Amino acid sequence: MTAESAPVLDAADRALVRATQAGLPLTPRPYHTVGERLGMDGEEVIVRLQRMHTLGIVRRVAAVPNHYALGYTANGMSVWDVCDARIDALGTRVGELPFVSHCYRRPRHLPDWPYNLFAMVHARTREEIAAQVAQIRALLGEACREHDVLYSTRILKKTGLRIGL
Amino acid sequence: MLGPTLDDTDRAIINQLQDAVPLVERPYREAAAQLGLEEDVLIARLQRLLDAGVLSRLGPMYQIERAGGRYVLVAMRVPDPALDRVIGIVNALPEVAHNYLREHAFNLWFVIAVEAGSQADAVLARIEAATGLPVYAFPKQKEYFLDLRLRA
Repeated sequence: MTAESAPVLDAADRALVRATQAGLPLTPRPYHTVGERLGMDGEEVIVRLQRMHTLGIVRRVAAVPNHYALGYTANGMSVWDVCDARIDALGTRVGELPFVSHCYRRPRHLPDWPYNLFAMVHARTREEIAAQVAQIRALLGEACREHDVLYSTRILKKTGLRIGL
Repeated sequence: MLGPTLDDTDRAIINQLQDAVPLVERPYREAAAQLGLEEDVLIARLQRLLDAGVLSRLGPMYQIERAGGRYVLVAMRVPDPALDRVIGIVNALPEVAHNYLREHAFNLWFVIAVEAGSQADAVLARIEAATGLPVYAFPKQKEYFLDLRLRA
């Protein structure tokens, strides 16, 4: 979606995004607590979040676990050089695999970076990751020229979204 | 990294609340009722899970692209001696949401979030100027799948 066609947020929506992007308070009435800070009724906070949810601006209201803390200590970014003519059909199928958390088409940077399909895979060991990667490799077949897996070794920053809307 | 020990109740809480925190006046009371817990017990456990870093956050998950914003994945090839300096520069930028070190010649991978797509290039130019190293932008061309939920 382009900026031109994006739904417009008004000043109150923007204030609400700023006030909640780091998280909701753990008070019995968290939306009312947020509203008090913004000079907004708690019910209005709920209605505005519902509207943004309907528009897809809020994907969902939820808890976000740290993968490492859940035992998913092997997190690999698998990258694939896939034939342009077939990448859309194959990317959809890779994304359907249960161990893939996100799957995107991205640009190559030739000659340094030949890969155009990125699929994040998660497991408890690197052996499990290797098995998952083999499964993706088999699915892509001849449409894939080469691939690699980049393991994360350190999270250097993870603040979630912080924008100054 | 070894996480803190989670009991069955913690796992049930994580699995339920990563799907949805209700948009109602007392969301924790409603979620607690579904889990067979008291509201105050759930709130205390959520506080503990957040403090321990098991949950990185709890709240609305914004998709700023639907409001005109943009995320861009960026990679750099940083020589070892420059790594600490470059990480410091990148992490100090408020637009940088995540930054990961990976085992590869392209060793630094981070995501920048900007309100308007047109701002991304300026942020990348600032990083190149401050670090003296080229940046490689990998904007999303197509999303085939996105769901970060993993069972606890």
